[in-house]
Amino acid sequence: MEKNNRLKNYAKVSFDACSMNEGFARMVVMGFMMDMNPTMDELQDVKTAVSEAVTNAIIHGYGVSDCGEANGQEAAQVEMTCLRDGQKLTVIVEDKGVGIVNVEEARQPFFTTKPDMERSGMGFAFMETFMDEVEVYSSVGEGTRVTMTKYIAIEEFEEESEQ
Amino acid sequence: MEKKYEKKYEVRGHVLTYQMPKEVDHHVAQQLCRELDMLVEAFAVQELELDFEKTEFMDSSGIGVVIGRSKTMQFRGGKFSASHLSRRVSMIFQSAGLQKIVEVKEA
Repeated sequence: MEKNNRLKNYAKVSFDACSMNEGFARMVVMGFMMDMNPTMDELQDVKTAVSEAVTNAIIHGYGVSDCGEANGQEAAQVEMTCLRDGQKLTVIVEDKGVGIVNVEEARQPFFTTKPDMERSGMGFAFMETFMDEVEVYSSVGEGTRVTMTKYIAIEEFEEESEQ
Repeated sequence: MEKKYEKKYEVRGHVLTYQMPKEVDHHVAQQLCRELDMLVEAFAVQELELDFEKTEFMDSSGIGVVIGRSKTMQFRGGKFSASHLSRRVSMIFQSAGLQKIVEVKEA
């Protein structure tokens, strides 16, 4: 196997911190990874993890609970970067919001700072379940960056296995 | 109101069956909670069933919806169930231990 013919690709989108863009982010990442021949499960895994990360950026990073609040606030932007290196997919979700005081604590299942919002506190736990690697960098007052990696399996005998 | 999600529900006596949307994320969860609470109140519902037949995507926001409604129904002394879980939704339910608080009806 030649190492140097690994396919590389890069895409970056920036959107308003507004709950309707959660669906948009999922569609973008789905489109991006289509060429990597993911299985339905891999596709759903990445979509779920991205949904969690983007939702966190919106409601925790920027504290936006209603779509209208984001209107006109040009600072409230969520940035999503998709990187492909062969069958390795990396998705980076970044916000310039309030940041996380204690990342270790935030990553605990069922931990939530907004119990009144009927959130489950499973956001980070889901990202960890559905992705292979999750890294969180956060700085109070500056923002949070979540880097998630997943290795998409290669279909061994592509030509024969289909039908 | 968005047309993307066609919402349907059925009330029979004090039993409310609610068709969950195609995608259950934070965006729809907010409206969903409000709507479900309003319906439960309006029809004096004693038995709530969430039907996931059309649900293709659900993230942790859906867990919040289920936990919240479970509390509501518990408070009212009623029954609470979920039906037609896809393999994916079922996996999400199990990862949060939801089967302990909601009766999952097998298809």
